[in-house]
Amino acid sequence: MNLLPMYLVFAPLLGAISAYLSPRFAAPIAMFVTMLGVAVGLVLFTNIGVDGWSMALAGWDVPLGIAWRIDGLSATLLLLCWVLGAGISVYALGYFRTETAFWPLLLLLLSGCSALFMANDLFNIYVMLEILGLTAVALVALANNSEALKAALTYLFVGLFGSLCYLAGVALLYTQYGVLDITLLGAMTLDEPLTWIACALMALGLLLKSAIFPLHFWLPGAHSNAPAPVSALLSALVVKASFFVLLRLWSEVVPSTPEILGLMLGLVGATAIIWGSYQALRTPRLKLLVAYSTVAQLGYLMLLFPLSMTATNPSSAYAGVVYFMVAHGLAKSALFMVAGNLQRVAGHDRIADLKHAAVILQPSLFAVALAGASIMGLPPSGGFIAKWTLLSTSLSSGEWGWVVMLLGGGLMSVTYIFRILVLAFQDDAQAPMNLPPERSVTRSMQFVPLILGAFAIALGFNATPIIEAITATQMSLSAGAMQ
Amino acid sequence: MNDGSIFLIGILASSAIPALIIFFLAEESVRLRTSLNLLAAVLKIALVGVLIYGVTEGQTFEGRWTLVPDIDLVLHADALSLLFVSLSSVLWLVTTIYAIGYLEDSPNRSRFFGFFGLCVSATVGVALAGNLITFLIFYELLTLATYPLVVHSGTAAARRAGRIYLTYTLGGGALLVAGVAWLKSMAGALDFTATGILSNMDTLDPVSLQWIFLLLMVGFGVKAAIVPFHGWLPVAMVAPAPVSSLLHAVAVVKAGAFGIVRVVYEIFGVEFASKLGLLLPLAIAAAVTIIYGSVRALFQDGIKPRLAYSTISQVSYIALGTAIAGPLATVGGLVHLVHQGLMKITLFFCAGNFAETLKVHKIREMDGLGQRMPVTMTAFTLAALGMIGVPPTAGFISKWYLGLGAIEASEHWVLWVLVGSSALNAMYFLPMVYRGWFKDANPGDWQEVIPAQRFETHWMLLLPPVITSVLALAVGIFAAASGSPLEWVKYIAELEYL
Repeated sequence: MNLLPMYLVFAPLLGAISAYLSPRFAAPIAMFVTMLGVAVGLVLFTNIGVDGWSMALAGWDVPLGIAWRIDGLSATLLLLCWVLGAGISVYALGYFRTETAFWPLLLLLLSGCSALFMANDLFNIYVMLEILGLTAVALVALANNSEALKAALTYLFVGLFGSLCYLAGVALLYTQYGVLDITLLGAMTLDEPLTWIACALMALGLLLKSAIFPLHFWLPGAHSNAPAPVSALLSALVVKASFFVLLRLWSEVVPSTPEILGLMLGLVGATAIIWGSYQALRTPRLKLLVAYSTVAQLGYLMLLFPLSMTATNPSSAYAGVVYFMVAHGLAKSALFMVAGNLQRVAGHDRIADLKHAAVILQPSLFAVALAGASIMGLPPSGGFIAKWTLLSTSLSSGEWGWVVMLLGGGLMSVTYIFRILVLAFQDDAQAPMNLPPERSVTRSMQFVPLILGAFAIALGFNATPIIEAITATQMSLSAGAMQ
Repeated sequence: MNDGSIFLIGILASSAIPALIIFFLAEESVRLRTSLNLLAAVLKIALVGVLIYGVTEGQTFEGRWTLVPDIDLVLHADALSLLFVSLSSVLWLVTTIYAIGYLEDSPNRSRFFGFFGLCVSATVGVALAGNLITFLIFYELLTLATYPLVVHSGTAAARRAGRIYLTYTLGGGALLVAGVAWLKSMAGALDFTATGILSNMDTLDPVSLQWIFLLLMVGFGVKAAIVPFHGWLPVAMVAPAPVSSLLHAVAVVKAGAFGIVRVVYEIFGVEFASKLGLLLPLAIAAAVTIIYGSVRALFQDGIKPRLAYSTISQVSYIALGTAIAGPLATVGGLVHLVHQGLMKITLFFCAGNFAETLKVHKIREMDGLGQRMPVTMTAFTLAALGMIGVPPTAGFISKWYLGLGAIEASEHWVLWVLVGSSALNAMYFLPMVYRGWFKDANPGDWQEVIPAQRFETHWMLLLPPVITSVLALAVGIFAAASGSPLEWVKYIAELEYL
């Protein structure tokens, strides 16, 4: 059992080094590592059990050493991480035909992300956040045009500032309590001004990294100018990694909070949904549309805070939000891949002129339909289950405002998703002829988004394993807090 | 029961799996696509036949899968679902034949038939859903799967129609989700049960229940085209004729009407709904829709728009029958589900034939059609007479039972609605019939697109309306025979009232 988590962190690390050293084999190495990673993630997820699993690194116990912890939440996100990693690898095989720098960076990012999802130590988390942030910046810069470089630079500064805020918060907590382990800290934190300042600093850093409105300003540039596989990775996974930390802190470290704080965070999320959707509806460029959709969708995650405070059954709020993260991860990566396909065939991503490219990309458009159904929260799809769970959580505590937001937000997403879908139905579109090789799309580039979209739909047919994993995690946490 | 559930999945899959295969077929593989389509449609009818046999033998068919820890996906075959399942699977076969002829040599056929199959699966899912949440899932799936068919031609008008269609249906869908989630949080599992589930729970707050009922009825009312939520239907007529015939005359609008039936009878229970004062407003909304649709139909000069408004009017008979508490009205409403389906699909097939063969779209261009296309015109006439309710047609049976039900429930105003509507039906259908048979063709009105050879038009276009009009006539004439829709519906009505 101990070997499996080790694999998820160290195999990609070794893979990254060997991929860097032998660029010719970079792609096969990455394929091998990620495919096996999916299998490992699956075994881990199915065997994690209610109590989860933890291990002290190098045999040193906490508080001296560092512990890894895998519970239902970590296992779910690890699986998501590796499914996306594998899907993006296959897609990138067609997308990056000459670029070899992508592969080591991808593996490094997956390694950091996996370690983050297992980390239970605030400083360890900081290190992983830095690894994630730096590899992500390097990946954006792969696009190698002035726009992308500018966006990468902004992304770098934002990331560094966010990490610094987070680190300052960690330092404050450490001077106060003398421990960094989340579980130990959770039992100690008191309702004190210094603790609050520390939490606020950490939250600021993490919200910035998760691109939560109004700290999202860097996201559209970075995600829309990056190469498509990178955009997929950033939007589907990286922003959620920092939100995962926020979720951990909220459920374990932050002392009991006044309800008004949760309400305010929820309202921030609601604004994100409205603002992001509005921008996605307006923007003339496809990749910006998808990026703004991420801004909007991340707003839903913020509903965790008010709902987990007021709900009769707080663990269902966690279950809904995590399910949302998973469904959105699959759907959003599919959308960015399709955007990449359309952009490659058309040579640009102006939505108004993409209809000709859409003629030869019907499978991709079908992938948009699948992924879009999940984004819009229509049944049967993972997005629907997530929204339904959040909806019943709000209803059980009579929170009508969030009900309206959840349903209204779904309708807003319809408006921008159909801006893409309608491209498939234009009688005056003509298939582009004689495409040069650099503007053609391989078969796998069309099929990967289709499969990811199908996964997002399939999540709507049996939600029990994931929902139960998350609920069990949160239940055991709150039971532990009671004692 | 395990083998029963596999059977129900088979009925869903018999259209869904061929649909998914068809998506990936090349445009040119006409023969493969056609055989797959027809084979699937025949297979579905066979499966439904076995299902009906099994149910009449007293076997139960139910499949239950956990969706979320406290929600099950339930497929269930009861008398009511069989009514809708058999209607849609028979009409699917007929419409498939029609669509193959209609779309010959047009582009994007793989896409069309793929989504068409998905729509049928969604409709069958709506029919077989065993609880409100399963119903909701298939109901929304139907919305999504129909959109590509509405915008199929890709013209600016089609895309506009698609936008309007989505605005109405997804807006209604959101209200429906809100209503279902609210009811779920109050009442737990929402399995459809004859005579309703809520009446046994007296602790529920009646005001909340009234709000929930409103949300649900608006959600279903959009698809059932109840005024003022009917605006999408006439616009959606831009879709190809097979889509208008099967989906907008039968599947989609019926899914809405069926939802109303399920909620009133099997969630609230008709007595309980009546006690909460929910049925009278529903009856009034249905009555207003019946009259409004007919009046608007009168002023349309296009054939398809007139039929569309006529659909709006006729579908509300089902809601009206549901809203009058009493077994006879129930019979009238439910049997109209089948009767209206058969008659309206015939009318749309005929309208499609006129348009495809002679480019006749307007009512004034129908002069003399009876000479050039006698078979189609006969089918049209039979269906139109049925719609008016001339005895012994199917429409007469529906209206007769609705009227009896109104008297039984002492809702005498309903009789005036029926009389008024029938008069209006006659006023807008008879001129079309008259023009077709008794006027001479105006030169220049017609363009011979499909020249008359052995038949007056392509045989695949001609056969479907012949079949459906004969069926429509038969269910009226042989209404008293055992196994007729009327007898079946009487059996259902016995179950819903204790």
